[in-house]
Amino acid sequence: MDTGFIAEYIPLYVEATKLTIGIGLIGIALSLIVGLVISMIQYFKVPVLRQISAVYIELSRNTPLLVQLFFLYFGLPKAGISISSEGCAIIGLCFLGGSYMAEAFRSGMESVEKRQEEAALALGMKQRQVIRYVVLPQALSVSVPALCANVIFLIKETSVFSVVALADLMYVAKDLIGLYYKTDEALLMLVVAYLIILLPVSILAAVLERRLRYAGFGN
Amino acid sequence: MSEQTVLLEAKDIVKDYGEGHVLDGVSLKIHAGEVIVLIGPSGCGKSTFLRCMNGLEQIQSGQIILDGEVITEGKTDWPKVRQKIGMVFQSYDLFPHMSVIDNITLGPVKVQGREKKEVTAEAEKLLERVGLLEKKDAFPRQLSGGQKQRVAIVRALILKPEILLFDEVTAALDPEMVREVLDVILELASDGYTMLIVTHEMQFARAVADRIVFLDGGKVVESDTPENFFNQPKTDRARRFLNTFIYAKDTEK
Amino acid sequence: MQDLGIRVLFMGNNLQRLLLGLWVTIRISMISVALSIVLGILLGMLMTVKHPVTKALTKIYLEFIRIMPQLVLLFLVFFGLTKSFGINLSGETSAVIVFTLWGTAEMGDLVRGALISIPKHQYESGAAIGLTKWQVYRYIIIPQILTRLIPLAINLTTRMIKTTSLVALIGVVEVLKVAQQIIEANRYTVPDSALWIYGTIFFLYFFTCWPISLIAKQLEKRWKTV
Repeated sequence: MDTGFIAEYIPLYVEATKLTIGIGLIGIALSLIVGLVISMIQYFKVPVLRQISAVYIELSRNTPLLVQLFFLYFGLPKAGISISSEGCAIIGLCFLGGSYMAEAFRSGMESVEKRQEEAALALGMKQRQVIRYVVLPQALSVSVPALCANVIFLIKETSVFSVVALADLMYVAKDLIGLYYKTDEALLMLVVAYLIILLPVSILAAVLERRLRYAGFGN
Repeated sequence: MSEQTVLLEAKDIVKDYGEGHVLDGVSLKIHAGEVIVLIGPSGCGKSTFLRCMNGLEQIQSGQIILDGEVITEGKTDWPKVRQKIGMVFQSYDLFPHMSVIDNITLGPVKVQGREKKEVTAEAEKLLERVGLLEKKDAFPRQLSGGQKQRVAIVRALILKPEILLFDEVTAALDPEMVREVLDVILELASDGYTMLIVTHEMQFARAVADRIVFLDGGKVVESDTPENFFNQPKTDRARRFLNTFIYAKDTEK
Repeated sequence: MQDLGIRVLFMGNNLQRLLLGLWVTIRISMISVALSIVLGILLGMLMTVKHPVTKALTKIYLEFIRIMPQLVLLFLVFFGLTKSFGINLSGETSAVIVFTLWGTAEMGDLVRGALISIPKHQYESGAAIGLTKWQVYRYIIIPQILTRLIPLAINLTTRMIKTTSLVALIGVVEVLKVAQQIIEANRYTVPDSALWIYGTIFFLYFFTCWPISLIAKQLEKRWKTV
């Protein structure tokens, strides 16, 4: 193991880690928004939008991010739509993540018993208030484990961003292997970098999940 | 008590879930201050009838008249109607993510736009009345069934409804907790609240009701004072129903 | 209106080549899924054993495999093994190894979950009606585990197929690589072929995974307990 090599190239990994985290965060935040909007559309059974979102969910869940990115980055420019690397990465992550987040929200909302809504309606609440004060808060706590799992899943998925020419961790590792043949060192730093990003998230998710389970509602 | 003013009236309510009528032309007048107890075999439509009164179920035909106004014609503003018609459910259905006090103040603050401070003070007064003031910061999961149901009653009361609907509010309770809930309702009755109650507790029905309405097969079969109904039911069906509450060993027949 | 680039699909045997490329993906997935199911059942059973060392080892394996992006695992095996141990693995073999390791972890966790989800009183009430231990498993436990597990295992297949798209990045000639070759070859004659080819691949994947997802969903609905 060449420690000098590692020391020399750590800054590259730091940069790449920042990039992964940055784009990952934006993509995940957008996924959450898309997911919430879609779960609302489905909950309120909004005509047309509901069908469109159903089609979107199937498309998103049954195709790999890599293929989505190829289409966005290499395909769309031929139709006159050119999007930057970062743009493609964020759109791709959000396209993929939106459906997963929507499913997490949906199952949370489904877990709230119909009787809860009726009790809220019986107090004279409007549908909007029922969602805001009664259904969503309960749904969210049920959704948390699934949402956390999605966050981890999406961060892992960012590993394909090198195909849209982003200098992410995989890109740096592959470069170092190709240029210097320092495979062990490059791979070690790669694994460590992903552990640094993902371990805290994973631990946080476990803690959060346990907390919620112990605080379990139960009527 | 002015027995003359009709507060809530149901006219020929028909409700079906696709196969046959659950409610087959039910009519009922509830006067201000009156306590009506709906009884009948399970599946007779009594709970459905309650749920129709505040729009949790849609009716196929008939009219609901509240304060002389037909509320089932055109587009009903159910949120507004429901503030006048309070409802308490069998399964309490407190909001599990909120403390007792938040459960109670949610409606007045968010729905009626009342001042949080004033509402909280009133909520505490009501909680004290049902003996649960010290539980105001507890969460529903920390309460017994009877306590939850008393909180649910307060939650409905605080909106100052004109009429209260009780849907088998003791059916899910352990026997020793039934009394504490029924006592609260009896007290409300003596305060002059207008109430429509569905229950299987015959003793309680007798004690609380001004009038018993016996429902069977989606129709009102009998409507009478508790004395008359329990002592000399006019119909066979009512007699048979009341008999199911009398226990006797088979061998003694 | 411009000349439709979609014709590139029907030039020569391009479509056939794409489908063959897709078949490479599916083949890798199928082999990996089959191995994962067998090994995953073993791992799942192993994980219910109350032995501290076994527990720790399986836990570390599971956590590491699940926390690492599959592409990182692919790199570790494809580049790492070759370099460190002098084992020269083809991309396809590396892929099967990685996806089996990953699938086994996922499957193992599902099996473990299904095993511990059967409440104790199921065993007891089986015994109470006079069934032998074997009969309890045969008629009560295993059917319940299977109805829980099969939809999840089918779901794992679609995840596997989607994940297998990554092998393009270690040089395996599958559908994306074929696509690149076709686009390259038609660069001057059909300049916008990338749009059509990648669009086609998008839907090829979709129509491969979607039916499988539907089956899983159907089974899940039909077998839903409680």
